[in-house]
Amino acid sequence: MNLLREVVDASVALVKGYGMTLRHVFRPAITENYPDVLPKFEERYRGIHELQRDENGLEKCVACFLCSAACPANAIYIEAAENTEKERFSQAERYAKVYNIDYGRCIFCGFCVEACPTDAITHGHKFEFAIYDTKDLIYTKDMLLVPDSRKEKGRKASDQAA
Amino acid sequence: METMRFNLESGQVESTAGKAETMILSMGPQHPSTHGVLRVVLELDGETVIKASPDIGYLHTGMEKLSETKTYAQVLPITDRTDYLAPMSNNLGYIMAVEKLCGLQNEIPLRAQYVRVIMVELNRIASHLVWLGTHAMDIGAMTVFLYCFREREQILNFFEAACGGRLTTSYFRVGGLPSEIPPDLVPRIQKFIKEFPGRVDEYETLLTKNPIWLRRTQGVGTISAQNAVAIGLSGPSLRATGVDYDIRKKEPYCGYEKFEFRVPTRTEGDVYARYLCRVEELRQSQKIVQQALDGLPGGPIRADCPKYVLPDRNKMKTEMETLIHHYKIITEGIHPPVGEVYHAIEAPKGELGYYLVSDGGPKPLRMHIRGPSFVNLQALATMCEGRLVADVVAVIGSLDIVLGEIDR
Ligand code: SF4
Ligand code: SF4
Repeated sequence: MNLLREVVDASVALVKGYGMTLRHVFRPAITENYPDVLPKFEERYRGIHELQRDENGLEKCVACFLCSAACPANAIYIEAAENTEKERFSQAERYAKVYNIDYGRCIFCGFCVEACPTDAITHGHKFEFAIYDTKDLIYTKDMLLVPDSRKEKGRKASDQAA
Repeated sequence: METMRFNLESGQVESTAGKAETMILSMGPQHPSTHGVLRVVLELDGETVIKASPDIGYLHTGMEKLSETKTYAQVLPITDRTDYLAPMSNNLGYIMAVEKLCGLQNEIPLRAQYVRVIMVELNRIASHLVWLGTHAMDIGAMTVFLYCFREREQILNFFEAACGGRLTTSYFRVGGLPSEIPPDLVPRIQKFIKEFPGRVDEYETLLTKNPIWLRRTQGVGTISAQNAVAIGLSGPSLRATGVDYDIRKKEPYCGYEKFEFRVPTRTEGDVYARYLCRVEELRQSQKIVQQALDGLPGGPIRADCPKYVLPDRNKMKTEMETLIHHYKIITEGIHPPVGEVYHAIEAPKGELGYYLVSDGGPKPLRMHIRGPSFVNLQALATMCEGRLVADVVAVIGSLDIVLGEIDR
């Protein structure tokens, strides 16, 4: 009698389990088709950095070195230079002549973004890094800096005019 | 005839004359069911395990030593990488230790505490889901794995929404939180938490009464309460032996005394009991998150203490004095008073403690992590000896170890 009970219990449990799996067959799939479809990230996702510009198209970075001081991985290298009357890159006295982030070192902790007093450095949503040479992981300022939207607009306008 | 045998433990060739014929089997470090890079040296008599000795260190990265070269703030990302299935718990343990060192433990605003509890409990769910999925898969139940990771993915999305990181969160800060949680996050978590008990039912339908699962887990890897306490076992593995010890209840931190929840215990001390304890913890964590979301108070998210805590971001941009504080904390780091502290929290895997020594400088003089996985792994020998090889897999799974934390 006991054995019979056991067999019945076991079979019921198994059938219920299979039923559960069967029900899932009819639920919509949640598979993401990367790389055919790029994943959607949350607003705050910490991807490859971007160096921002202000509303006048000037660089927001004032070369204060706070980001590189905060960085636990020593990934940021900056060389500062003075703005001159003729050549103005940022609002303040100084600007970053060289701004490199070594993505071989960066751990995407976001401390640089938290440290930056001018919101110059932010996280973008790009994340694909596959390269053949680790040297290519050093991103220079021209790769990080966002394009000047005003210039872009100006160019588009002139394109249309032409 | 005399036969010789290579002893893997001592590295010596020994004679087997006069000894029972046993075989040494090296399981891991690349074995898929040793959960990472654990190597277990098994001494076998046929299929029976005579002795099981874990061999660790394959993932050693010197995290504790490395911490001595970083400022207190910069140590935080290192803690993410110890138990990488529960980064929020590691962050909390470390940050609370630093707060204790600075004497800030009573200054943390209520809102920050609630958000901390929500995140840590969600992380407990996520960590238990990985455990359940992989443990079931080791024993042969593939489906549960897929269901568990489906829910875990949602929790990781919440982490991503709150702090930008999924696995390496680096979320909490000394004194509170780095930023306010996004406004749409609370309803999203609410929705998930409402559905979650149904999901746990799904896992249980597949496992709890399944005859194969019962045969593989009941009476396997038993440990007595006395042995468990002697070894220093903690977390669900300890509670499965009948010892009712949970730091959230015994030494409440972060306002856990305000929440109503039960600490599940069993008395059998076998793999099945550990399974039942953790599954019940999934439900209890769900309840805690629910209560914390319902009672989430408003107010500041960081303590007002310019000596140790980064000031408010908006104020920093407008007030000169605040900017100077910001500048000082980032460039010089914080200087906690000379002293030493130990702070333990209930991580998903057991008692997670951080021991910090300060010499008054900006970097810890010494940091030591009391990792639950490391201590719990010691129970492996007791649990496996006299059992079959296949049971070793079940036992390792039921201990819920993470090698990142064991090797550090
Ligand atoms: S994200 Fe972290 S590691 Fe990367 S550059 Fe910024 S501070 Fe350094
Ligand atoms: S990015 Fe920000 S923190 Fe870094 S140097 Fe520029 S202004 Fe300073």
